[in-house]
Amino acid sequence: MSARNVTTVMLCGVGGQGTILAADLLAKVAAGSGLDVKLSEVHGMSQRGGSVDTIVRFGDRVFSPVTDPGMVDHLVAFEIIEAMRNVHYVRPGGRLMVNPSSIRPLPVLTGELPPPHGLQAILAEENAVFIDADELACEAGSPKSANVVLMGALSIGLDFEEAVWHDVISRRVPPKTVEANLRAFALGREACQRGECAL
Amino acid sequence: MSRILLSGNEAVAHGAWQAGAAVGVGYPGTPSTETLKHFAALDGVYAEWAPNEKVALEVAAGVSFAGARSLVTMKHVGLNVASDPLFTLAYTGVRGGLVILVADDPGMHSSQNEQDSRNYAAFARVPVLEPSDSSEALAFTTEAFELSERFDIPVIVRSTVRVSHAKSLVEPGERVTAPATGEYATDPAKWVMMPGMAKRRRIDLDRRIAELTEFAETSPLNVVEYRDTSIGIVCSGVCYQHVREAMPEASVLKLGIGFPMAPSLLSEFASRVDVLHVVEEADAYLARSLRQLGLVVTDLPLLPAGELSPGAIRTAFGLPEPTLREAEEAMPPRPPLMCPGCPHRPVFDTLRRKRAVVTGDIGCYTLGALKPLAAMDSCVDMGASIGMAHGAELIGGFGKRPVVAVIGDSTFAHSGVTGLMNTVYNGGAGTVLILDNRITAMTGHQGNPINGITLQKRDSHEVDLEGLVRALGVPRVRVVDPQDFEATRSALEEEIDAEELSVVIYKAPCALLIKEKQDPYAVIEEACTKCGVCIKLGCPAIGKDEMTSRAYVDTSVCVGCGQCVQVCKYDAFERTGPSCDFKGADRR
Ligand code: SF4
Ligand code: SF4
Repeated sequence: MSARNVTTVMLCGVGGQGTILAADLLAKVAAGSGLDVKLSEVHGMSQRGGSVDTIVRFGDRVFSPVTDPGMVDHLVAFEIIEAMRNVHYVRPGGRLMVNPSSIRPLPVLTGELPPPHGLQAILAEENAVFIDADELACEAGSPKSANVVLMGALSIGLDFEEAVWHDVISRRVPPKTVEANLRAFALGREACQRGECAL
Repeated sequence: MSRILLSGNEAVAHGAWQAGAAVGVGYPGTPSTETLKHFAALDGVYAEWAPNEKVALEVAAGVSFAGARSLVTMKHVGLNVASDPLFTLAYTGVRGGLVILVADDPGMHSSQNEQDSRNYAAFARVPVLEPSDSSEALAFTTEAFELSERFDIPVIVRSTVRVSHAKSLVEPGERVTAPATGEYATDPAKWVMMPGMAKRRRIDLDRRIAELTEFAETSPLNVVEYRDTSIGIVCSGVCYQHVREAMPEASVLKLGIGFPMAPSLLSEFASRVDVLHVVEEADAYLARSLRQLGLVVTDLPLLPAGELSPGAIRTAFGLPEPTLREAEEAMPPRPPLMCPGCPHRPVFDTLRRKRAVVTGDIGCYTLGALKPLAAMDSCVDMGASIGMAHGAELIGGFGKRPVVAVIGDSTFAHSGVTGLMNTVYNGGAGTVLILDNRITAMTGHQGNPINGITLQKRDSHEVDLEGLVRALGVPRVRVVDPQDFEATRSALEEEIDAEELSVVIYKAPCALLIKEKQDPYAVIEEACTKCGVCIKLGCPAIGKDEMTSRAYVDTSVCVGCGQCVQVCKYDAFERTGPSCDFKGADRR
């Protein structure tokens, strides 16, 4: 149901996981490819480990910076509980990519609430594609580059040139980490291309 | 210059810079904070953080008085603090243009209340402009400086979180030289607001607003878009974008000027559409204003609280919704929490054990109210904690439970110091804890007078906090390192027991200021007795194992601060190697 050639991508995760940087990369790639872009971030109490959702919308002309349940074309979840929390945002036929690792919320850490079980199976029913971004980030040489791994995987389903991604990543991440981030991006793409990321 | 992605905040900063603003001043507050930071980094400007919004506006008033353009930034609750000078500045007017960015937070993503600052604009009779995206944020800000000087009045630019924190494409321009204001001449009838002169300026203010109303009738800041005239919608700010998305065929009157209203323009629009609707967030400001003008406005079934979205508008107009998968209700919530290694944690752990009634304040330490620490009983506004503790003590407190006020360094400078002065002056007793973590942490690490770090990193002076508190006349003052549990506990106990007013300055840097990484800890399984004391710390790295009930540490989160070591009676925590090798205990 994307209105007038507008694509809506939602990135959800936990404060500190780099969702906002990832969204910024995506927005810059879209802008660099000549599209209109809007990006909106939601985080309560300035990111102290709470949920963070970021919305990137691009197309010929984008009006609203936000979106609604059932309207998201691509949902990229950096953490599995957040994937579950936001899965209803995906439109019918939309794409759901999930980093299966879990960061436990405080009520779970303290034993106040039980950790949710069986999320992978439920999300698989929703046609989720799983990308072990943490492991691939380690392989790329920087555990902090999991966000860029996920952007690599996302890039397979979007119509932007790889060179634009490389350019934006190289400019946007800290200079010392450019190499690792480009490797992380490539590993994310490969994971998708191997067919583990069916569209 | 080509089009670049800027947030609304960055665009306001750039707009002020383009308009030739010489000075920027404000107090950090989400979602306004980045504006001043961005402004400060631009060429040829002076920028500073003020201890509070009232002072910030007064500084800007001085800049204006002396003939230059200035930008003031704050969040909606900050405007409450600045409202005293605001109301009178509407009377005096300006010399150099004075523009106030006020960022509202509908939906309360990081605020203690929802306010619609357009009400302040109307109340103080100050014009308010409402951009709907970054490109307008830039254009409206430069225009606001023009209007400020042309109509001799401060101008508010009101944004909301979806303008301030949303990024969209902007074409920035070059800086202009602000027009000269002419030689300064003494003019008490304009600048000294004592009754005789204020009465005349009041009449003059009404004249200026009448002129602004005239201006609003034809200003391109208000835009009329006729499409299908069976539905007419009046809206402003980001709501315009939601309306265009949800109702692409509707006719729209987009108000760029929220005050004063343009009666003829609105009546004309109302007469040309079949039904007149208003779409707005958080308050019925527009609907009320239109009704005051005698227009008939329908009541859309939109919730008055919180934020709008295109979907909410579609639903209100009865349009079909997409087929939805049901939201998952059962997921555990993810409340924000103090960082691993946060120096506030030992203080709150101690307050919890002492069963203190804690009057709290606004900052990272507000998170001490959440479980498992759950050691804060009130949070009202900046600076409130000290006054409230004094009030509670006045009527004898809460039985055996001690009353303790907690306040941060920046917040103490903001408006805690007057509260403390009041307690001393009126002979109050009690215990006040100043949690000095050397930074304004919650809003993203701004400097403040207590640490002496200025916005543009100029040489500065660091307040001698202990000396200041002594100079106020507090009889008992001490400085304690909160990372030392034993010292934290004994200081608190002694000061609670003391008969006189006492202040403990718990001084240790915010965990995010500590750059050298220490190796994480792990739990020795055999040593852990499952007592759960460490879990109560609320450290995001420590969890209770679902199967064994023993504590475990997520080594990818742990920063090795050693707080858990100090609370564990059984020596169950031991340092391990670098976290990368483990990839986190939670990923077993
Ligand atoms: S930012 Fe600093 S003060 Fe705030 S919770 Fe984290 S460590 Fe504590
Ligand atoms: S687990 Fe212990 S050492 Fe690690 S961050 Fe938490 S309190 Fe500090």
